Amino acid sequence: MKFITFSGPPSSGKTSVILKAMEELKDKYFKIGVLKFDCLVTDDDKLYDAQNIDSRVGLSGSMCPDHFFVSNIDDCLNWGIRHFYDILISESAGLCNRCSPHIKGCTAVCVIDNLMGINTPKKIGPMLKMADIVVITKGDIVSQAEREIFALKIRQANPDGIILHVNGITGQGAGELAVLIENATQVETLKGKELRISMPSALCSYCLGETQIGMDKQKGNVRKMELD
Amino acid sequence: MKDSVSLENLTIEDLLSIYPYSVEFFDINGLPIDDVNNTVKDYITSLPYVFLEDMGLNQEDLLKRFRAFMSRMKDIREERTFSIRDITILGGRDKNEKLEEIEVKINIGEIICIVGPTGSGKSRLLADIEWMTQRDTPTKRQILIDGSVPPRNWRFSVEHKLVAQLSQNINFVMDICVGDFIRLHAQSRMIDDIEDKTRQIIFHANELSGERFDLNTPLTSLSGGQSRALMVADTAFLSTSPIVLIDEIENAGIHRKKALELLVGQNKIVLIATHDPLLALMGNKRIVIKNGGIQKVIETTPNEKEGLLRLTEIDNALLKYREALRNGQLLDDIK
Repeated sequence: MKFITFSGPPSSGKTSVILKAMEELKDKYFKIGVLKFDCLVTDDDKLYDAQNIDSRVGLSGSMCPDHFFVSNIDDCLNWGIRHFYDILISESAGLCNRCSPHIKGCTAVCVIDNLMGINTPKKIGPMLKMADIVVITKGDIVSQAEREIFALKIRQANPDGIILHVNGITGQGAGELAVLIENATQVETLKGKELRISMPSALCSYCLGETQIGMDKQKGNVRKMELD
Repeated sequence: MKDSVSLENLTIEDLLSIYPYSVEFFDINGLPIDDVNNTVKDYITSLPYVFLEDMGLNQEDLLKRFRAFMSRMKDIREERTFSIRDITILGGRDKNEKLEEIEVKINIGEIICIVGPTGSGKSRLLADIEWMTQRDTPTKRQILIDGSVPPRNWRFSVEHKLVAQLSQNINFVMDICVGDFIRLHAQSRMIDDIEDKTRQIIFHANELSGERFDLNTPLTSLSGGQSRALMVADTAFLSTSPIVLIDEIENAGIHRKKALELLVGQNKIVLIATHDPLLALMGNKRIVIKNGGIQKVIETTPNEKEGLLRLTEIDNALLKYREALRNGQLLDDIK
């Protein structure tokens, strides 16, 4: 089974890009499954449903979304194998910019949009810097120069990755992404596989539901700002 | 030229002075430069684990990243202009699997129009060119560059982007002034004569646009015509792509003929998807698309060229009235 992790900041166009790429693959009779990781609510399963793509939603709710992801992804992969998918895609938003769902040995895609500003590639951490493929969206509404500047910033942040422009509305570039997905890594199990980078950590009183503010309430892994 | 493995043995001071762009490596990875007498390798190995963990990095990966960064940037700097002489479109098949049986060669400096009804496959042809398709898209067309098959890795290389796009619904979104914007684009191309290029671009943009603007004008306050003019001039002088795709430009506030001449003058191939007769006749040829296939290629005839003169007169008259309107004059001499 081909397994690909899709990540990217919220509203960068992950779902649209995946849908457009899947449309290109439809004619080839692949059986495709999508896992959507989100925090509170998502309607994206309906979008997948409308295109006859099986999907499952995982909502992390009050848990750290990335820790939720990593403790579910191997079950998700097994689900995919049980249902004989040819292609399995996991879609998740990197919410704190330090997060990254990318796994060693599994094709990793990061979706980022042209409207985010040229400092964004610097601000996004391993999710962008360690991706194999970077998809840039919303190129149809900014100037050629801005597209070129943005692409170079991404190249600087991720010197080895494939950079691809995809238009989530018209589908321009989606055919090319589909080719890359077809050639993605073959994965049969995630047991024993490793994340490309450790996840952000916590483990403090607030993890356990503390809501009161104050020095005496801060227990566990606490870090202080230097203000003076 | 030193290879990137030995670059890491340079001191940061030397690195920054020989390769000024290397400062971007430290910047984009959030690495503070403290002691410039340290070699890059020593600097990276001296970074504390906790700091790297915070940034989502590790030493081994960072060193690899440094080597990749330096070699990529060197490529981009050396491949300043992605220069080609011509492209050839070898026919595939249309929506009914009918063979196109056509071969179209387009040379640098040519203006080619693409015409056909909505949904006929104009965008597909343009996408085929952009993707340098090798019979691996539904149309089964093949694109040759300078008569041969382009290297496969060009498809995903930022440095080898074949097509630059200018279209009606494109806008500037950066919140900076015109001068800073052009400089930023020039820096991203890593060229040396930045000030010279900036002056050229602003001069030509003003030639194309009716309303003057300068280096201090905020990008986002440019009018539609001024934006279009700046985009054309900037693409002519700073875009790496040898092909410029224009998706229908309106004649609002920009001198279209001059715009095309400027692009062609900078050795671009200009492709225009248009239904405007004035624009279409400015082209050397036009490709007619029907039912997903190239139906025929028409060379602009001498008769048509003559007709263009008449069309241009009409267009100029319209331009004149537009100018008069802008200046608050009466339009009472229309016959």
